[in-house]
Amino acid sequence: MENLTVGAAAEWIRSVILLILGNELLTDVVMKFVGLGACIGVILTAAIVLTYAERKVCAFMQVRLGPNRVGGRFGLLQPIADMLKLMSKEDIIPDGCDRIVWALSPMLLFVPSALIYGLFPFDEGVVFADVNVGVFLLLAISSQSVLPFLMGGYASNSKYAFIGGMRTVAQMLSYEAPMVFSLLGVVMITGSMRMTDIVAAQAENVWFVLLQPIAFIIFIISATAETNRTPFDLVEDESEIVAGPFAEYSGMRWALFFLAEYANLLSISILTTTFFLGGWHGPFLPGVFWFWMKVLFMVFVFMWFRWTFPRTRIDQMLSFSWKVLLPLALVNMMFTGIGVYVWRSMM
Amino acid sequence: MKIMGDFGGLGIFFVVTLIFPITALIPAFLLQPRHPTKQKGIPYECGVDTIGKTYVQYRIGYFLYALIFLVFDIETVFLYPWAVRFGALGLFALLEMFLFLGILGLGLWYAWKKGALSWK
Repeated sequence: MENLTVGAAAEWIRSVILLILGNELLTDVVMKFVGLGACIGVILTAAIVLTYAERKVCAFMQVRLGPNRVGGRFGLLQPIADMLKLMSKEDIIPDGCDRIVWALSPMLLFVPSALIYGLFPFDEGVVFADVNVGVFLLLAISSQSVLPFLMGGYASNSKYAFIGGMRTVAQMLSYEAPMVFSLLGVVMITGSMRMTDIVAAQAENVWFVLLQPIAFIIFIISATAETNRTPFDLVEDESEIVAGPFAEYSGMRWALFFLAEYANLLSISILTTTFFLGGWHGPFLPGVFWFWMKVLFMVFVFMWFRWTFPRTRIDQMLSFSWKVLLPLALVNMMFTGIGVYVWRSMM
Repeated sequence: MKIMGDFGGLGIFFVVTLIFPITALIPAFLLQPRHPTKQKGIPYECGVDTIGKTYVQYRIGYFLYALIFLVFDIETVFLYPWAVRFGALGLFALLEMFLFLGILGLGLWYAWKKGALSWK
């Protein structure tokens, strides 16, 4: 069983490279690139698998068939066909747009959504950068994704895009506050911001979903809003502002937005798993198996939300964040503080 | 050394994520057809011609939310280091928490009563 872990595979690759290069330092640098390639690989695989999965899950929930033409009965090649179609589409540049800002927006959106994969602990010892300010850095990086949305919305010279851009800022900023406060409880119990320490603390005691159930719910709701998924997809709103900031993008530029969106969906599932569901830990089976089981379950839950809840109105959504979630997160933090203090003084 | 390795790695990651979208755009740039017409460039509004400028004055509400957010986001910068040392600091940290969160709560209550949190 031990030989099946990703950590063992990484060790094996490292030993092979060390054999070829014969230099410790150089090997470490090369290993960084191997890890980087693995992270990018996870993101690209996620985009392919999740676009297909979302359509199939949606279809089953609505008692339809979903994609079933390209690639056999189950339409398995549908993502490939979609990708080829998007690649061969004409790149339309709208009149009167701010060319540079408009072109930069999809490129910059990919940066925060991919960069946080460098901080995720995938398995025992399998983490690209295990920094001591993990949670903090993670929140700092992920909050940068507000800016490209605003850039795209502003620079497109389209009213739909402009409204979408404004909504993005209000929504993502409003839901960031409860998200940040809900994770404080986890950090207080662990006493560390390092991601691997948080997972280890859950292995020693219990999963944080049992210790911090309110924080878990707040985190799930605000994560859904942060990634602009239904019921909080006012930013994109296919049926009223026609994809919002993406309205004027076509072809591969639009595909980059889509790639970032599915990278975000996977990353919030990984975050929920890491912070509340015990990361890679689980009995009997290897860690990597447990990790992906939990992550894919969370992905399914987020898709389930999408096809269950109707879209909210913007005023309801914003006041829900400030008047319900944020006070709840503050109260949760106070109780966590008292709990941790009492528990420590009893020890 | 370990820390430098981690942050250095993230630095490389950052550069790669900047380059990656460009490499994704190049094949599309080579493959795509180009037939620009005047109609294609018009801002999309479901087929209806757009009226007036795009850059109009927008609701002040968005700006107010951004202001309140700024206050709370800066608080978190102080709260995270405190949360890490919470266990070690003992009773002092607990009382500090009530003071700090009390002030925060007061601020939120003030904004609520002033109507900054409701959509006008």
